Amino acid sequence: MLFTSYEFIGFITVLFILFYAIPKRFQWILLLAGSYIFYYLARPVYVAYIFTTTLVVYLVALKLDQKRAFQEAYLKEHKDELTKEEKKAFKAKEKKSRFHWMLLGLLVGLGILAVIKYTNFTISNINGILSAFGSSATLSFVDIVVPMGISFYTFQAIGYLIDVHRGTIKAQRNFFKFALFVSFFPQLVQGPISRYQDLSETLYKEHKFDSKMFTFGLERILWGFFKKLVIADRMLIGVNALIKDADTYKGAYVFVGMLFYALELYCDFTGGIDITIGVAQCLGVNVTENFMRPFFSKNIKEYWNRWHITMGSWFTDYIFYPITVCGPMLKISKWSRNHLGETIGKRVPIYLSSFVVWFTTGIWHGASWNFIVWGLGNFVVIMISQEFEPLYHRFHNKFHLENNRPYQGFQVIRTVLLMSCLRTFDCYRDVPLTFKMFGTMFTEGNYNVIFDGSLLNIGLKISDFIILFIGVIILFMVSMFQRKESVREQIYRISYPLKVCIWFGLFLMVIIFGIYGIGYDATQFIYNQF
Amino acid sequence: MDELLEILQDLHPEIDFDSCDTLVDDKILDSFDIVTIISEVNETFDVVISAEYIKPEYFNSAKALYELIEQLEDE
Amino acid sequence: MKKVLKYVITIALILVILFFVQKLFMPKYVSDVTEGRLIAEYYEEEMDHDILFVGDCEVYENFVPAMLWTDYGYNSYIRGSAQQLIWQSYYLLEDALRYEKPDVVIFNVLSMKYNEPQKEAYNRMSIEGMRWSKSKVDNIYASMTSKEHFIEYVFPLLRYHSRWSELEEEDIEHIFDTDVRFHNGYYMRVDAKPAKDVPGGEILGNYQFGDNSYKYLDMMTKLCKENDIELILIKAPSLYPYWYPEWEEQMEEYAKKNDLRYINFLELQDECNLNWDEDTYDAGLHLNYYGGQKVTKYLGDYIKNEIGLKSRRGDEKLEKIWNEKLELFNSDLENKLRELEGE
Repeated sequence: MLFTSYEFIGFITVLFILFYAIPKRFQWILLLAGSYIFYYLARPVYVAYIFTTTLVVYLVALKLDQKRAFQEAYLKEHKDELTKEEKKAFKAKEKKSRFHWMLLGLLVGLGILAVIKYTNFTISNINGILSAFGSSATLSFVDIVVPMGISFYTFQAIGYLIDVHRGTIKAQRNFFKFALFVSFFPQLVQGPISRYQDLSETLYKEHKFDSKMFTFGLERILWGFFKKLVIADRMLIGVNALIKDADTYKGAYVFVGMLFYALELYCDFTGGIDITIGVAQCLGVNVTENFMRPFFSKNIKEYWNRWHITMGSWFTDYIFYPITVCGPMLKISKWSRNHLGETIGKRVPIYLSSFVVWFTTGIWHGASWNFIVWGLGNFVVIMISQEFEPLYHRFHNKFHLENNRPYQGFQVIRTVLLMSCLRTFDCYRDVPLTFKMFGTMFTEGNYNVIFDGSLLNIGLKISDFIILFIGVIILFMVSMFQRKESVREQIYRISYPLKVCIWFGLFLMVIIFGIYGIGYDATQFIYNQF
Repeated sequence: MDELLEILQDLHPEIDFDSCDTLVDDKILDSFDIVTIISEVNETFDVVISAEYIKPEYFNSAKALYELIEQLEDE
Repeated sequence: MKKVLKYVITIALILVILFFVQKLFMPKYVSDVTEGRLIAEYYEEEMDHDILFVGDCEVYENFVPAMLWTDYGYNSYIRGSAQQLIWQSYYLLEDALRYEKPDVVIFNVLSMKYNEPQKEAYNRMSIEGMRWSKSKVDNIYASMTSKEHFIEYVFPLLRYHSRWSELEEEDIEHIFDTDVRFHNGYYMRVDAKPAKDVPGGEILGNYQFGDNSYKYLDMMTKLCKENDIELILIKAPSLYPYWYPEWEEQMEEYAKKNDLRYINFLELQDECNLNWDEDTYDAGLHLNYYGGQKVTKYLGDYIKNEIGLKSRRGDEKLEKIWNEKLELFNSDLENKLRELEGE
């Protein structure tokens, strides 16, 4: 069930009505049932996967809590008999055993993910190596169904498990409540990756109908549809035309395609998240924001703090820091500071773990080399900019650029361009081809095609370009209004007729200018497969 | 406490760590620094500050960090 | 109270606007593909027909109701549409029976060859003009191709919204146009294009008509029997699409088994005196007015002699209606002839 399908609209309509019609103590049960139905309808076999991960993580988390309670009880009971050293030793032993239990949970959860997503990628690489060594033997690919949103729910479950292990949260004792946390349908398709302590605050509560929040939710859904159907899917027509015929569309076309793809991805992804958060809000559930106007970032690092935020913070908390401060890494840190000097030495651990994070980020996006190269591209750019930061700082101070508007504009555009360049890797999905096409931007010298009407041959009519232009203006204006406060709060305060005009106007725009139906064939959300 | 201050002072001689309580919020300490601190603390105090403690609340001031170290030493 | 009123007005206003927008976006079938209007025109009729045709272009381009009136006194109507599939014919008949009960129903069997939904555009032309009824709902469900959605029939705006960049003056001008442009469902052409080298049929893997086709043919037979209607199966004389002997056999057998009359005009070309140099406007697919007259004559004679349907000439109300219709018919004919000469 795509977000942009009649079925989905029907599904949430029924769910909303039921949700506020049934006794409030059953609301979360309805959500669980709804989520599993949602998943089942996508493909019955998916349910088996998500259920397995849920069950294993649930049991391991319980076990961890139990062990922690046992440790406390034991220490309390034997408080007077044990020496400090004995206590320490006991704690260490217990900690180790808990760690092993968590590892078991991780292995199962990540194992399923790895086998499903990366088996064929591994096979293709082995085949590549075999043929490089002149062997004619090849392994055949296996036929695996990748369940919708598996990366998202797996990460969510694993984040929970690690939190329980760390003791930051208590394990959820009710299996069904935990199952709801893992499977909550609005975020099943494409995230955000919620933390248990955030989501659980509102997920299980009894919700009274709040017309303001409900309206806000609907507005958010509508806005998501606008971004997805009117802008993203329209751009996608052009992007696809450009990518599919790389031989024809070189040089300036690559540049146009690059910008189009960046904007398309943004509207597609954030539009989907808007729908997710909007639906959740209609159900009284707060889902963590995943974007903060990323295209207004002044540098790549800031960009990554504002784009796909929940994924970034997940990687930081559960991969980056653990790796950076794990025992072996501390030893490496010490060694390198002693042997390579303070300046280089202190960088080594960060570089190593950043490398791991970005490699993982890449491969998480897709099991192919183009994503890995894209991830590592980000790594390189971020490291370089980090190294140059003191230099920039001096430069900015010297020319008083810190609060200089035009210069900030330049920084923003620079960041957008840089990000768009990196994105070409997952645009062409072929590393050598991407490099080649990227090169043509500088060698082809055909920039006149941008103005001579050639762009009307990529499946978009002049009227489409006008809609895109208007759409982008609206997008930009909304972002501007957002700087002050939530746009919906601002709409909330204006007069009723004007409010209705805005809602209905947006609704009509989606209905009329949206790319959907027989006239067009709606495309899947890009992030669906990740 | 003095040992900790020494570690911090080595990294940023220009900061007064006794009074500053916005070390992370004001971006005085970046991720390089934090990793270095954790590594040094590990050597000096024989205490492992694991990932779950890498949060602004523990690194915003020398005092908070020291309290964390004491707490971890006890465990 | 005031608050309720506010919301009621808002919703009413929105619905009115949406209604207008929807009307605006629907294709008008005025200057192009005029056949799209055929199905809706039926409801403008005084529903008191003796003979009802259902079927594809092989009925609405080959038989002339005006002539059945003038020469035989039969009040007839053609509920035909482009590539009308057999279940569509069935449901259009079912729909018509809500309003009237003709004595004779004529169904053209070419659509037996389609066992599954075919093209969305033709579905639209066959279904959209229908008034809402259970028949229409069933018709939609029977006809939808895999990419269609029921809701897009309920709110055609969802289907036609992509026309936003193609809207023309015509769409505004004819936004509520319900004018009748056809002559009791007859599509008149006066030009001619000789039928030469009509291709024979390609060899098919399977000549058996599908189960679905038979299901609806059975339903149609049953519906007519229940309503005491004489169902006549026909195969129009069109040379193309090719009508296979294997198909002919099945239809003959079916008619025999169910005690139905079946007329294959392909075998009656000489008796009808059809001249394929002059009587078709598109090289044998459809007849023009001249060919239509010849075939209609045969059919009229047949109904008169074999079934004994009575002439209704002299019925004042009908005479009045038909006088108007004939006036329109003749002026349309003159216009078309003049246009042809002008070319």
